Amino acid sequence: MTAPHDRGGWPVDEPIDRDEHEWADWERMTQSLVGVLGAKGIMNVDQMRRGIESMGQAEYESATYFERWSATIETRLVEDSVLTTEEIDKRTQELRDRWGYTE
Amino acid sequence: MSGASQLARAFSAGDSVRVRDETPSHHHRTPHYIKARRGRVVDFIGAYLNSETRAHSGDGLPMVPMYRVEFDMADLWDEYATSSADKLWIDLYEHWIEHDTRSGGTGR
Amino acid sequence: MSNREGEFFDTGWRPENDVHRDEDGRPHDHPGVQEDVSLGVRAARALAIHELLVEKGVIGSKDVDEDIAGRSNRSPANGAALVAKAWIDPQFRETLLANPNKTIAEAGFVPEHGADIVVLENTTDVQYMVVCTLCSCYPGQLLGPPPDWYKSLAYRSRAVREPRKIMSEFGLDLEDDVEVRVVDSNSELRFLVIPRRPPGTERWSEDELAELVTRDSMIGVSAALTPDTVNA
Repeated sequence: MTAPHDRGGWPVDEPIDRDEHEWADWERMTQSLVGVLGAKGIMNVDQMRRGIESMGQAEYESATYFERWSATIETRLVEDSVLTTEEIDKRTQELRDRWGYTE
Repeated sequence: MSGASQLARAFSAGDSVRVRDETPSHHHRTPHYIKARRGRVVDFIGAYLNSETRAHSGDGLPMVPMYRVEFDMADLWDEYATSSADKLWIDLYEHWIEHDTRSGGTGR
Repeated sequence: MSNREGEFFDTGWRPENDVHRDEDGRPHDHPGVQEDVSLGVRAARALAIHELLVEKGVIGSKDVDEDIAGRSNRSPANGAALVAKAWIDPQFRETLLANPNKTIAEAGFVPEHGADIVVLENTTDVQYMVVCTLCSCYPGQLLGPPPDWYKSLAYRSRAVREPRKIMSEFGLDLEDDVEVRVVDSNSELRFLVIPRRPPGTERWSEDELAELVTRDSMIGVSAALTPDTVNA
C-alpha cells in the first residue's frame, strides 16, 4: 500500500485543473506560521513533511493544501507539548461561537 | 551544502545503480515508483543533512552524500515506448542506491 | 506582473489589508467586507492555534505579519530577470549554470534567498520539466508562490508518467527528437528552468525579453511567449 503523499505515477485520468483560488487570510497566516515556527526552531521542514505524511489516506485526500499544513503544525505543537489538543479544541469552539458559526 | 569534498564517495558519474527496495517506517524522500529500479548516476551533488533523522528527533547529522540519478522513462512505465529517450531525474542519498553489477538488460 | 494565462496569479494581498477582520475579530475569507462567510473547522482551528501561540508568548503578535510582508517581493519577475540576462549575456549564463547560488546572490536583482538552486537549461535537444511528487517543493524566491495546479495530486501523479501529455495541455507540443527530462524535486535543491529563447528576439532588450518569460515556462510545462503574442 503506497503512502498517500507518495503520489508519483498514481493513475489519474483528468486534465490538470489550472484554476487558481484566491487565498484566504487563514491560509496566508498558516504558510507564514510555518516560516515563523521554523525560524524559532520549533518545527523544521522535515518534521513538517513527516507530520503531513502521518495523515491517513482519507484525511490526506480530503484536506485542502493548507489544511494539511495546519494539521502538521498541530501535530508538531502537540507532540512537543507546546499546546494540547484539548486547549486547541476549546479555543476553536470559542472562536466559532464568537463569530456565530454553527456548521 | 558543505564538507562535500572531504567525504568518501561510493558512486561516480556514469555508474549503473539500483535503488533499494525498502519501505522504512521513518520519513524518507525516496518515492515508491523508483524503488527497485535501475538507473545511472548523473553526478555527485554534495552532502546534505539527513532528512530521515531530522524529521524525527535529531539534527540531521552526519551529513549524507547525495547523487542525482537518471532513469529511462521506458524502464519506469509500461506505456512509455521503449524507443523513447525521455528520462526521470531525482536526487538520492547514498544509502538508497547500490552498484548494479548486472550489465545490459532493462531497468526493471 | 500581469494576469495573463500562465502568469503569476496575484492574490491581491498587500500589507495594508493583511488578516482582514471586522471589529469583533471575525476574519474574512477575502480582503474586503463579506457577509455570511462560513469558516471551516480546520480554518478555525488554524486561527485558534495562532491565537494560543501568541497568548502563550511562543510567537510574537506581529511575527506572522512580518513573515507575510517579507514574502511580498517573491514573484516570477525574479526568475524572468535571471532568464533574460542569461539569454543576452553568455558569460552570465555560464556562471548561472555552473554556480547558481553565488551568481543569483551577486546579481543583486533577486531578493535574498536561502534555497539551494539548480538551474536547468532547455535546448533544442533537451526539455526539463519540474515536479515535486511527494509534496510541493518549488523555488518560491524566484517564482513566487506555486500555482494550485503544481501542488495538485493530479500534477504530482501525472508529471513523472506522462510529461508530454501535460505539456500539450499547457500548449507545448514538443518535437519527438527532444529528450524530456522530468525532475522530481525531492531533495533540498530547487530547480529553475531556463526556457528556450524564442526566435525573432535577437535585438530585444533584457527588459523586453523578461516579459516573454512566464512562470510556467520556468517550471518547464510550457514554452516562453513568442513575440507575436506580446502587445507591441
